[in-house]
Amino acid sequence: MTEKMFMQALGMGISEEMRADPKVFLMGEDVRASVYGAATGLHDEFGDDRILNTPLSENGFFGAAVGAAAVGMRPIVETLTSFMWVGMDQLVSQAAKMRYMFGGQATLPVVYRAVMYYGGGGAAHHSDRSYPVFMNIGGLKVVAPGTPADAKGLMKTAILDDDPVIVFEDGTLLGTRGEVPDDPDFTVPFGVANILRDGTDVTVVSIAGSVPHAIAAAEEMAKEGVSVEVIDPRTLVPLDKVTILNSVAKTGRLVVADPAAKVCSAASEIMSIVGEEAFWDLQAPMQKVASKQVHIPFAQSLEKLVYPTRDGIMEAIKKTLG
Amino acid sequence: MTSNISKDVLMLMLQRMWRIRHFELKLTEMYGAGEIGGVHLYIGEEAVAVGACAAMEDSDYIAGNHRSHGHPIAKGANLKKAMAEIFGRIDGYCKGKGGSMHLADFSVGILGESGIVGSSVPVATGAALASKLEGKDFVSAVFFGDGASNQGACHESMNLASVWNLPILFICENNQYAVTTSYKDTVAVEHISDRAQAYNMPGILVDGQDAIAMYEATSQAVQRARNGEGPTLIEALTYRFEDHSLGLEKIRKSEYREDSEIDEWRQRDPLDLLTKSIVNSGSGTQAECDAISLAAQVEVEEAAEFARNSPFPDESELYKDMFSSEMPVV
Repeated sequence: MTEKMFMQALGMGISEEMRADPKVFLMGEDVRASVYGAATGLHDEFGDDRILNTPLSENGFFGAAVGAAAVGMRPIVETLTSFMWVGMDQLVSQAAKMRYMFGGQATLPVVYRAVMYYGGGGAAHHSDRSYPVFMNIGGLKVVAPGTPADAKGLMKTAILDDDPVIVFEDGTLLGTRGEVPDDPDFTVPFGVANILRDGTDVTVVSIAGSVPHAIAAAEEMAKEGVSVEVIDPRTLVPLDKVTILNSVAKTGRLVVADPAAKVCSAASEIMSIVGEEAFWDLQAPMQKVASKQVHIPFAQSLEKLVYPTRDGIMEAIKKTLG
Repeated sequence: MTSNISKDVLMLMLQRMWRIRHFELKLTEMYGAGEIGGVHLYIGEEAVAVGACAAMEDSDYIAGNHRSHGHPIAKGANLKKAMAEIFGRIDGYCKGKGGSMHLADFSVGILGESGIVGSSVPVATGAALASKLEGKDFVSAVFFGDGASNQGACHESMNLASVWNLPILFICENNQYAVTTSYKDTVAVEHISDRAQAYNMPGILVDGQDAIAMYEATSQAVQRARNGEGPTLIEALTYRFEDHSLGLEKIRKSEYREDSEIDEWRQRDPLDLLTKSIVNSGSGTQAECDAISLAAQVEVEEAAEFARNSPFPDESELYKDMFSSEMPVV
């Protein structure tokens, strides 16, 4: 174990898998200069043939990754969540649908790394938290790590996986630190939630950048004698609903914290599952702590009102306690 | 057009063109009988796919579009599996999950087709990227129409292929109408092949009714690609003899082509042109050519019977193939 930043942990995951398999390559805008941080050192180590700077043509190179994967390569594409809109046709019509549409003939081991900046005055065109959109499409695995160790372990699993995977790299977490296993065989499986903190009174499911806020809220609530269980699903497709349902069966109360916009968020889906499958376990209405349903305003006075916070999660916990 | 093409290649091209023609005549008949829904016919354009695919190896890759029964058949696909797919049956290429616009046979390098116009162009570009990165010598070719040539995906891909010097052929089948809209109203240059200049690659205008011309132009482009000289844009000027799709004539509210124009192009039927070239050059007799047509017709009848007798996919297939391994159903 070594203490690493989330961003470094992502890079460790990528470089280890690139060393292990010559079919893995990385492409994206300005990846050689590693403007987003996780690709630092990769161009020096792997050279021009495996670290490809692309033109500003998201539809073109998102689709080229699909084609390269279809004939046996294992591409990793780096982009920003907000630039994914430009290449949506290739993500949806090709990456997501090709395997099913062709009756299983296409195997597409492609990873899209979506750097998810928000909260820093990026305004509406650079602050998207778009993973729920991709949960809805089908055919794509959707990954949203909340800790540096998971950032490394899930990145490696994504690269090793034979399906298209989108890894959402939460910008508010990139500078966070944590213990990260050095073992090159360390991976984190998809579809297995992480219980970050055991508790008995309230379940808080927290996604991506809301994880530290949920832990902070749980710590505060403990001072008031409330025992909060904090769960990070880590992957949204596949979603480990069993761990969530088991926790709700124990606590009878659920709060879901999600940096995505409130309507049709990941939280919406999780709460829908609990409503359908565990309604009688609930002792109080479920609470959703998602982003406000607005575009991201530039002014800090407004932007700070949008996202889930520790205090917002605490308020929701208290609501479930009546 | 005179040529040094071997008899084997000429006869193979004629066979594949007749397979496509009979296949689609059969589809037309079955549509009339209510056995299948509306599909996009390639009749009149057969020389483009067949001439191009005859110049490629089995190990090369192609990708098609929504009007794409012809491309897999030209590349050597199995008629029975293709027909069964159009019937939505379990023995179809895609187990009935793709249908007419999504035929694919990865085993012979057919990376599939796209119902979204222009959308398969980046995919084929990616296959070419893989060839280059791995130092392989396979090439990739993508067939798209005049309509698709206006899609950003197409332009992005041509630029990408040129800056990365990829072994790919962009084959634009200019059948002159995107549904009902003439390319003369939507394309800013006189010839779509002129656009190649903007991407610093050769742009070649070919008579798309002439299979031999297509074969020769494609052969040169394939050679360039294999030699590491990069991509080529080929514009095949052709014509779709039928409407955009079977049944469109019932819903559209006006005509968009003059009868005289259709008649004029029908005079240049690619099957007649190739047959004449074969007979006139002494490469084969009319009787041999007729026998090829008849044999293709028999194969198509067998394929139709196979498709009719194949079962529909059952409920156990519904969730299969969403992912490479079984996932929990949500």
